[in-house]
Amino acid sequence: MAKVGAPEKMIEHGKRMDGRTLEQFRPLVAEAGFLEKACGSGRFEFANTKAIAAVYGPRKVHPRHMMQPQRAILRCKYNMAPFSTGERSRPGHSRRSIEISKVITEALNSSMFLEDNPKSAIDAFIEIIQADASTRCAGLNAVSLALADAGIPMKDLVSSCSVGKVDGKIVLDVAGLEDNFGDVDIAIATFGGSDKVVLLQLDGIMTIGEFHKALDLGVKGCSEIHALQKETLRKKYAVNLGGEE
Amino acid sequence: MNEISELVKNERDLAIPGDILAKGLEYLPGQGCFRSENEIKSKFLGLVRVKERMLSVVPLAGVYIPKPGDGIIGKIIDMQNMFWIVDINSPYDAILQLGEAVRDYVDIYKTDISVYFDIGDVIYAKVLNVTKSRNVSMTMADYRSKKLTGGRVMHITPSKVPRLIGKAGSMIELIKNKTGCQIVVGQNGIVWFRGTNEALASRAITTVEREAHTEGLTDRITKMLEEGA
Amino acid sequence: MEIQDRYIKKSMEDNKVRLDGRALDEFREVKIETNVVTSAEGSARVKLGNSLVIAGVKMDVMTPYPDTPDEGNLIVDAELLPIASPDFEPGPPSESAIEIARVVDRGIRECKAIDMEKLCIKPKEKVWAVHIDIHALDHDGNLMDACGLAAIAALLTARIPDYDEKNEKIVKETPFEKRKKLPVKDVPVPVTVSKIGGVLLLDASLEEEEAREAQITVTTMKSGELCAMQKAGSGFLTVDEIKRAVELSIAKGKELRELLP
Repeated sequence: MAKVGAPEKMIEHGKRMDGRTLEQFRPLVAEAGFLEKACGSGRFEFANTKAIAAVYGPRKVHPRHMMQPQRAILRCKYNMAPFSTGERSRPGHSRRSIEISKVITEALNSSMFLEDNPKSAIDAFIEIIQADASTRCAGLNAVSLALADAGIPMKDLVSSCSVGKVDGKIVLDVAGLEDNFGDVDIAIATFGGSDKVVLLQLDGIMTIGEFHKALDLGVKGCSEIHALQKETLRKKYAVNLGGEE
Repeated sequence: MNEISELVKNERDLAIPGDILAKGLEYLPGQGCFRSENEIKSKFLGLVRVKERMLSVVPLAGVYIPKPGDGIIGKIIDMQNMFWIVDINSPYDAILQLGEAVRDYVDIYKTDISVYFDIGDVIYAKVLNVTKSRNVSMTMADYRSKKLTGGRVMHITPSKVPRLIGKAGSMIELIKNKTGCQIVVGQNGIVWFRGTNEALASRAITTVEREAHTEGLTDRITKMLEEGA
Repeated sequence: MEIQDRYIKKSMEDNKVRLDGRALDEFREVKIETNVVTSAEGSARVKLGNSLVIAGVKMDVMTPYPDTPDEGNLIVDAELLPIASPDFEPGPPSESAIEIARVVDRGIRECKAIDMEKLCIKPKEKVWAVHIDIHALDHDGNLMDACGLAAIAALLTARIPDYDEKNEKIVKETPFEKRKKLPVKDVPVPVTVSKIGGVLLLDASLEEEEAREAQITVTTMKSGELCAMQKAGSGFLTVDEIKRAVELSIAKGKELRELLP
């Protein structure tokens, strides 16, 4: 019943196929404020999964009928570049990208002070440049950076990572083959590095015990990402300060 | 409650959204801050300001949100019988009432108000009032208000406007003198200028915006203007 | 309506009393009828309180996906029809409809509810494709769970048409009772837990949905294991709330499974 091309064992002696331990992230890259035109921009990579995000706003709402009188509306669109996957994927919306856009927007909503900018729109766009699993996590991390970079008022940053079950073991940051042939894939995001979960999607079979372990590992992973995001913003802007007034 | 209040961040520190600025109930959350239980946190990526017990954070970036009293540059985009609608480089358009723009008696049944300001005209005016639901009204009653004709218009990030103006207007005067241009800077990030060396003025303004938070900017700009004149 | 939302929230925060007096973990009346559409290979109509959904299973023969050459295909679609609510507009499926379809799909797919290998006619060339289309007809809250129940109920009572391999045609004439049953070996049941005023409750009515802060849909299998999960809504859930929601879903999933054919 194994899928075509499934490797025999994906974990050996506590090491995964790419040499990582069970609770180790792939090499992470984060950057903010590198696009000229956008109000704010962010970049986040889990090794070969690369996401770029840009934020425009607060700006006028189009179409007008979507305008809310007492708060801003947040619209976040997730898109995968056709060249991001092994086989070229068709450009444009897919049902998957629509669902991911929805869960990402909802994950961000509670972290923003939308009432501070009534009757306006905050538009965020995520582009997945290269996909090697956990793309929505990279996208969400990138867009959090972009929102802060754009000067949008927020309660805290949102941080996301993936957890999986591979060869019966719970692992952090699911990559490529682990995504295709692993048993369970979980995407999780928390707010402010805390235990407040704003995004959670699971598919695959898991016992309650395994789920509890995965949930705790995911929350821990998100708080590591949160620290990296903060460090990224600090490094970018602390350097430029110290000018005359 | 024996909570001792303590300041975690100081004046001119960088704050990231969610950063704790102070603990305890003695500090107050001003602009750009919020209270979360007994902590004061930052809403923005910006600079912390401490004024006695009041904390605030000035964002490093952001669009222009109009405040009463701001001198801004806007473009007329539409009009009705008795008012104009003005684009002020903000998510919110502003309304300029006929009475706030024109001193003469105007017979609205016989006059098309486009004779005063037409679509596309650029004006410098003051923000009169901003309601809670962000209805913005403008006035040209202030003596500095006027229609800006000819010349060019540039957009800069609103948070960089204070740097472009400089202490007591020093930076903008420097650029005006060396380029022979009239320059009007709106709080909303719009800059209008017209004169002898508009290209040089444009370069200087762009440089100030880009390097607003660095040291030695005034000297670099002076040098650029000397060389370019 | 904001006044209504505030009232519901306060009622929860203060004394955990629901508008209709139900217990926090109580579902409204569930009525499941199957084989209601004779033109379909399988069908079910589910009434959950005043919410009404209908699901139809149609099957046809397709080439298999390259990475599963000896397994059938599963395609799940959902529509929130304009007839169900003044808020649903005609046109392509909304993001909510897409979410429901994909969550129900994952629940069925991940627990391998359908024995896909038995749907293989000729490896690498021909397999049965199972199309599940779920249509919401009346929206009074909790369409997710209603749609999930309708889908699995339709699958449990669906029958595969005969296939004439020589002439490569689906035989439409075989009477329903003489056909083979669709091989379904697990029964995934989604249960959505909503958080209002910090309190967790099941089967939110329409007004409760409008007042809620966040929700999580937990799909469990016969064994009580988890096979799919989806948190939705703009609020957050703490780790403890999620663990509690999973407990509630497993218990309620067992009860609901008893109502299925």
